[in-house]
Amino acid sequence: MALLNDDQKMLRETAADFLADKGGIAKQLRHWRDISCKDGFGHDLWKQFAELGLTGICIPDDQGGLGLGAVEAALVLEEIGRNLTPSPFLTTAVVAARTIAGTAHAERWYPAILSGESVLSLAVDESGRHAPQNTALSADRRGNGFVLNGEKQFVVQGASADMVLTVARTGGSPGERDGITLFAVPKDAAGLDIENEALADSSKVARLRFSNVGLDADAVVGEVDAGWVPLSRGLNAGRAGASAELVGVAAGASAMTVDYLKQRKQFGKLIGEFQALQHRAAHLYGEIEIARAAALKAAELLDSGDEISELMVSVAKAKAASVAKLSVQEAMQMHGGIGMTDEHDIGFYVKREAVLGELFGNVYFHRARVADLSDY
Amino acid sequence: MTDLDAFRSDTRAWLEANCPTEMRQPMGSEADACWGGRNWTFGSDAQRTWLERMVARGWTVPHWPKEYGGAGLSPSEAKVLKEEMAGIGARNPLYSFGISMLGPALLKFGTDEQKKRFLPEIARGETRWCQGYSEPGAGSDLAGLQTKAEDKGDHWLINGQKVWTSYADKADWIFCLVRTSAASKQGGISFLLFDMATPGVSTKPILLISGNSPFCETFFDNVKVPKDQVVGEVNRGWDVAKYLLGHEREMIAGMGLGATGGTLGRMLKPDDPFLRSEIATFDVDALAFAAMSERFFEMFKAGETHPASPSMMKYAGTELNKRRHELMMSAGGFDALEWDSERSKSGKTARDWLRTKANSIEGGTSEIQLNIVAKHILGLPGA
Repeated sequence: MALLNDDQKMLRETAADFLADKGGIAKQLRHWRDISCKDGFGHDLWKQFAELGLTGICIPDDQGGLGLGAVEAALVLEEIGRNLTPSPFLTTAVVAARTIAGTAHAERWYPAILSGESVLSLAVDESGRHAPQNTALSADRRGNGFVLNGEKQFVVQGASADMVLTVARTGGSPGERDGITLFAVPKDAAGLDIENEALADSSKVARLRFSNVGLDADAVVGEVDAGWVPLSRGLNAGRAGASAELVGVAAGASAMTVDYLKQRKQFGKLIGEFQALQHRAAHLYGEIEIARAAALKAAELLDSGDEISELMVSVAKAKAASVAKLSVQEAMQMHGGIGMTDEHDIGFYVKREAVLGELFGNVYFHRARVADLSDY
Repeated sequence: MTDLDAFRSDTRAWLEANCPTEMRQPMGSEADACWGGRNWTFGSDAQRTWLERMVARGWTVPHWPKEYGGAGLSPSEAKVLKEEMAGIGARNPLYSFGISMLGPALLKFGTDEQKKRFLPEIARGETRWCQGYSEPGAGSDLAGLQTKAEDKGDHWLINGQKVWTSYADKADWIFCLVRTSAASKQGGISFLLFDMATPGVSTKPILLISGNSPFCETFFDNVKVPKDQVVGEVNRGWDVAKYLLGHEREMIAGMGLGATGGTLGRMLKPDDPFLRSEIATFDVDALAFAAMSERFFEMFKAGETHPASPSMMKYAGTELNKRRHELMMSAGGFDALEWDSERSKSGKTARDWLRTKANSIEGGTSEIQLNIVAKHILGLPGA
């Protein structure tokens, strides 16, 4: 494997053409930011994702999707990253779709994901850093159902979502994987307070406060106390996907920078003639190729259900985040003063990298996970 | 079962039956490597048997055509063979610059006669080759080389000096870049083959910081070389040289993968939290590099790689290998510094570490690789 087949190459081209045409910074990211859109993305564009079938990449074909996998999602996400296209693709079509896969909630929500009508989100984190096993939000049994109390933050597009997959604790203590249960919480649940927040990159996340939110037993996704299984499925898909999006961010920023090196003149020369800059650009080129291969490898292993996929997913996320950070830092420096202006697009790459770098675990989280999974 | 699955199971069975047990142990030192050649003394009967069996099967050069001593395997089959050998820890039966460097260049640029004459001997491990590229005044600026070859009608007359010639003192033949014209820098270089036993050739090992002497100075004093031992056209040797360097760089880039599978952390078990963190950072980079190597191998087979991609890989792989050995030294602490003791296998950790300092110099420095990427892949001006 490692090589894309013809169908995958075609999908990549379709996504690249579509997103370059419709998903560019001026038409989407900058536009929605400038009008202070509450969602941070455009529903019309999301409907076009649906028309192309892209909303169904991770949904089995017998449930109306394309029946593809993490590799195909990665191909689309790299193009999303390159164009900085804001959309619910990662949260809804990848993370939520994979989290509820094979559960009763799939039948309920897949049609709305496929049509582009609904945004779904995942509420996992409760502190300033990704730490899923530290889940403390409580879900206590009451009658046939549960009552939830606690807080979540960094819930991507949480205020735009019709349903939030909420990670809660039904047993054990924070720090343990057992005793975690996943709930499908509708946006209008009584006792649920949703605070919409803009991040540095103009994307939106929500803080959720659960005050005695009552849910029926059928709100449980998967098994009670064994929510770690669907959660891991969703998180790994999200981490692999975020890696691919970061590769796109890195590649987009680097392409813009290399173009700039070929246009900008100082001292009567193109600045791209200076070896000090050439070597940094060449180093970055190699790093991006390495990060891309790692992201694809992780996706490939997830699709084949390989046991080392967990390790490779963390390798991919750590590598892609550090390479994207290098890419946007080099981009800022090499663009000089013009890069500091809001008018220039390069700053958007810097901001997006920062958000994606934290999403589903930053480089430190994933380096530690590589060490843990390798028994050292 | 696909053909490739069948090939895998046949290969596994053959290796199981034919690879001697001693040849499945990790090599203790460089002395355990079999290099072949006229003057080779086998380290053990097992080493000889292993080489002979692999030669008979064409598996020292599995992807070469059968007529030149190979087995004509497809790239996928050759990869399966490599994986199956790795699976039982089988040693490489033959280390050879003839295989890794000269062979590919001869297959591409050699005449039929040259291929028939030189390739089978390389495949059988009968001729050991060395590479005459760098000179005291021509390192990174390789095309500035001055070793002169004069056309004397029925032969070339060679005068000059090479340096960094790996194992020149043990080699039977040399593939050598010489200046056949002063009219043009790159366009005045030819690629010559000659016997190191020719009168006028002498070598002097160079003691390196590792305490070993794998490299030599090589001197040519009125060395006569037959006219039919030029590979490619006269004055077009730079094309051959660059092609060969691509293969050399891919080979060197392989160092990035490390000698053992798995993570460095699993092997070193660091107890210091800061070192653990650095090693985990390294392991992320190393596993990502391995994924890139695998992907580029597949892309290369499909003709999808850029011709300059070995430069990117060589740069990344060698810088990674240097980091690996720095971390092994850090993890080893006091013990890793021992130089002579039996306990330290004569200072293996320290000597290997010092050897890696050449990785980012040999085969074109890291800076040269970055120049090539900047110019040929990124298309930056004036590079």
